[in-house]
Amino acid sequence: MSEQKIDWQKYLIVFCITALLFITAGYLSNHFSNKKISQLKDIQDKISIDILSSETQFSLLSELSCKNVSGSLLSGELDNLGRKLEWGDENLSDNETLLYLKKYYFLLEIKDYLLMKRISARCGTKAAFVLYFYTTLEECDACGKQGIVLSTLRDQYPGLRVYSFDSGIDLSAVQAMVQIYKIKDAELPVLVIDDDLLTGFRGVEELSELIEKSFKLQGIEESL
Amino acid sequence: MVSPGDIILNIVLFFSVYVQVFFLVTFIENRKKIIVRNGKIKLKDYPAVTIIVPCWNEADTIQATVRSIFDLNYPLDKISVFLVDDGSTDGTWNSIQKFSQRQNVRIFRKTNGGKHTALNLGLLHVQTDFLACLDADSVAHPESLIRLMSWFENYPHLMAVMPSIVVKNPSNIIENAQRAEYYLGVFIKRMLGFLGAIYVTPGPLTVFRKKVFDDLGPYRHAHNTEDMEIACRMQKHHYPIEHCNDAYVYTEVPSTIYQLYRQRLRWLYGFINNTIDYRSVLFKKKYGNFSIFTLPAGIISILAVSFFLGNAVYNFAEFISSKISEFSLVGFNLANTFSKFDFFFVKFNFIIFTTLIIYVVITFCIIFGRRMALGKGGLPLDIVYFFSVFGIVAPFWFIKAVYNTILARAPGWR
Repeated sequence: MSEQKIDWQKYLIVFCITALLFITAGYLSNHFSNKKISQLKDIQDKISIDILSSETQFSLLSELSCKNVSGSLLSGELDNLGRKLEWGDENLSDNETLLYLKKYYFLLEIKDYLLMKRISARCGTKAAFVLYFYTTLEECDACGKQGIVLSTLRDQYPGLRVYSFDSGIDLSAVQAMVQIYKIKDAELPVLVIDDDLLTGFRGVEELSELIEKSFKLQGIEESL
Repeated sequence: MVSPGDIILNIVLFFSVYVQVFFLVTFIENRKKIIVRNGKIKLKDYPAVTIIVPCWNEADTIQATVRSIFDLNYPLDKISVFLVDDGSTDGTWNSIQKFSQRQNVRIFRKTNGGKHTALNLGLLHVQTDFLACLDADSVAHPESLIRLMSWFENYPHLMAVMPSIVVKNPSNIIENAQRAEYYLGVFIKRMLGFLGAIYVTPGPLTVFRKKVFDDLGPYRHAHNTEDMEIACRMQKHHYPIEHCNDAYVYTEVPSTIYQLYRQRLRWLYGFINNTIDYRSVLFKKKYGNFSIFTLPAGIISILAVSFFLGNAVYNFAEFISSKISEFSLVGFNLANTFSKFDFFFVKFNFIIFTTLIIYVVITFCIIFGRRMALGKGGLPLDIVYFFSVFGIVAPFWFIKAVYNTILARAPGWR
C-alpha cells in the first residue's frame, strides 16, 4: 500500500488561523478588562465629586442646617467600589492601573472618614466608624476572615462605616494612619473603633457589642 | 509574572483550538465531496459479504439486529450471517437458534473469551472477499450495506469502510446527549476519512476486505477495544479506511450516567493504551495525518479535559471552602450570597473566549454531522444535553482512564 502525503501548507494555514483567533480572544479579553477599569475610574470620579460636594456643604454649615448635609449613600458606594477593586485585583491583568486606583480609593476613604466624623460630631448623624487594616504583602488568613465578618456587620448596621486599608501600601496618607495608630508592629488584622486598637481576628459577637457601644456613646440607639 | 501552569494551560488551549480549526478547514476544503443519498442505489456488481454478529448476553436485542440484516437492500444470496454466541448466560443462544434453519445463517457457540475471540472464530470460517462485523446491540439501516459497498466499487484501493453510527430511539437526557455526540462523531469521522486518518473501525457494520485479516492477522484483545487496534494496525500498514457518512446503523447507547461512564472509560482507556502500543507511529511523516494529526489530537483532548477538570475542581473546592469558612464565621447570610450580583463581576477573560470558540465549532460540527448522516438540518436541542452531560461527566472518565493507565488497571467490558 502507498504512503500518504501530508499537506504541510494546510497545517501552517490552520496554525495561522488559530493564532489569529488567539490574538482576537486576547484583544477581546483586554478590551473588556479595560472597560471594567474605566468603570472603576468612573465610580471613583463620582465618589470624589460626592465627597467634594459634601465637604463644600460642610463648609457652608454655618449658613445651612444639618439636614442639608448628605453622605449616607456614599458609604455604600465606597463599599461597592472596594469590592470591585478587590475582584479586579484577582481577575484583571492591568496591575499598575489597579494599584493607582487602590491608592485613590484609600484617599477617598480617608477623606470620607474625616468628613463623616466631623458631620457626625456636629450634626449627631447615626454613624459608628471602624478602621480596618489588613495586609496583602504576606499571607493573612485572618484578614480574609475579618473582611467577611465586617461585610456582615455592615449589612447588619446601616449606620456603620467600615474603612479598610492595606497597611503595606506605598501611600503617605495611609502610612500616616499606620503611624498614628501605631500598627506597624501589631498583629494584623487591626481594627480601630472609637480610638481603641484591636489586634488579631475579632468575631461577630465581640464586634457587635463594641459597635453598639459606639452608637450609644454618640447618644444614638441603633434600631436593628 | 506568568506561571508555568498558565503557560501549559495556554499551550493546551491553543492546540485544542488548532484541532477544531483543522476540522473546520478540512470541511471547507472538502464540503463539495460530501454526498448524502436519500434513495435506493444500485451497484454494477454485488460482491458476497459475510456479516459476523458476536453476541454476549444480548437476548433482548439480537432478534432486531438479525432481522435488520435480512431487511438490507442487498441480494440475500450474497450475504452470509455468522451468529457467534460468546458464552452467554442469558437466552441469547436460544434466540439465535431460531435463525439456524435459514440457508445463509451459521451459528456458533463458544466459551466466553471476549468480543475479539468471537470475531476471530467467525473470521476462521469466512469465505467471501468482504466481511463486516455487526454488534448485537445495533440495527442496520436497509440501505447501509449497499452504500458502504458502493465505496469499494468506486474506490477499489479501499480496505475498510465504516458507516455513520446514530443513536437508536433515545428516550432520556443521557441518550439524547449521546445522540448529539454521535452526530459529532459522524462529522469527525468524515473529516478523518478525508485526511486518511481514521483511528477506529467500529463494531456496527464496518466492512473490510478479507485481505486485511489475511495479511495483518486476526483481531486482538487490545485493551477491550479491538476495533481501534485493527484500525491502528491498518494505518500502520497503509491500508486505507474510509467513512461512508450516509450509510447509517442505529445503536443502543447507555441509558444511565454510570453505564455511560463505564463504556467511555473503556473506550478512552483503549485509545490511550492503543496509542501507547502504537507510539512508534507517532509523528512519523510516512504514516500521514494519522500519525501527525489524529493521535496527537486525541492526546491534546485528554490533556485539555484533564486541565479543565483540574481547574474546575480547584475553583469549586475553593468556593466551597470559602462558603464553609463564611458560614462558620457569620452563619448563613443570604445577603452575602445573592444580593450582590453585578454584571461587573462576570468574567470575560481569555480562557472564556477561547473556550467559547471551541464550543461554537463543536456546535457547528454536531449540526453538520447530523446533516451528513441523516440529511436533516436544524439546531437540535440535544446539543444542550450534550454540553451539560458531557461537560460534567466526561472529565471523570478522562481522569480515571489516565489513572487506570498509570496503574495498569484495565476496565471491564460493562
